[in-house]
Amino acid sequence: MSPTRSDFYQGLRDSLPIVAAAAPFGLLFGTLAVDNGLSVGEAVLMSATVFAGASQMVGLELFDTHVAPWIIVLSVLAVNFRHVLYSAALGRRLGGMAWWQKAIAFFLLTDPQFAASEARTDRKLPLTLPWYLGMGLPVYVLWIIEGWIGAMFGRLITDPGALGIDFLLPIYFLGLVLGFRARPGWLPVVIVSGIASVLGFYTVGSPWHVSLGALAGVIVALILPPPPAAQIEAVEVTP
Amino acid sequence: MNGDFWGVPVNVWTILAAALVTYATRAGGYLVLSRFKRIPPRVDAALNAVPAAVLTTLVAPSVVSNGPAEALTLLICLLIGLRLPMMGMFAIGWVVIVALRATGI
Repeated sequence: MSPTRSDFYQGLRDSLPIVAAAAPFGLLFGTLAVDNGLSVGEAVLMSATVFAGASQMVGLELFDTHVAPWIIVLSVLAVNFRHVLYSAALGRRLGGMAWWQKAIAFFLLTDPQFAASEARTDRKLPLTLPWYLGMGLPVYVLWIIEGWIGAMFGRLITDPGALGIDFLLPIYFLGLVLGFRARPGWLPVVIVSGIASVLGFYTVGSPWHVSLGALAGVIVALILPPPPAAQIEAVEVTP
Repeated sequence: MNGDFWGVPVNVWTILAAALVTYATRAGGYLVLSRFKRIPPRVDAALNAVPAAVLTTLVAPSVVSNGPAEALTLLICLLIGLRLPMMGMFAIGWVVIVALRATGI
């Protein structure tokens, strides 16, 4: 197999757990979308263009409440604000991509896509477009299809709780957090982000706890003494 | 929201605007950072902390805001995850949450 094809297949393999973990949420989104007054077409349009599960759910909660459209857009922005950090962090790794490849890459930049890309960098493997698409396209295409199926036949899953599928994402995210434990400052960052997000969750409320908790953790990394010189060679940024 | 604007449902405009701001967040951090020739070491360290910091905020409230079954599942997953690779922890965690919920704790 050529390196390009094997990169693509490695990406496909890396996408399997997230495809499984995201499926119930894709279906749930479609179901709730129709419940909240969107047409099937609008539900599919939202999955295909926004492609950010948590923010889609938050948007849905508001569609039914006669809230002004700009409030809905602002809420989506609030939930998705963490992607600014993803894009800043991952942008450093995409030096090998042309601008239009980066433009595509950023469209697919979800939580698991970001986490998998960073994990691949930790394993010193190249972040090529074939790998990136192998990881991202199955998640994207299935997300749209799941939204559509959910909108069409949403009431088939009567009790997702008994099957545990509503709790797969926290388990998956915990696994991802642990995957980064070799990085400098990991433990203090995780402890501070965890405490700050719980405090934020109970005071300011969701979804702001995500941005606040993440910011607290990133500030800890900013003020911790920098890691040994070997690891901190300033990274070239190619525009 | 109901009604049309320029012959297109308001919901569709809202969805497209939401898509636009989402893409802006996904490209924005890079566009800001690419204006710098070099990234200072501390900023680089801060960016390296982003995955753990953000993903932690997606897990931590799940530990305390659900019930004992959920909290216990994540604790068990934490211990397993320190020894087993991702997929093993994920599969065991799935079994554990179903089993614990079935016990009704």
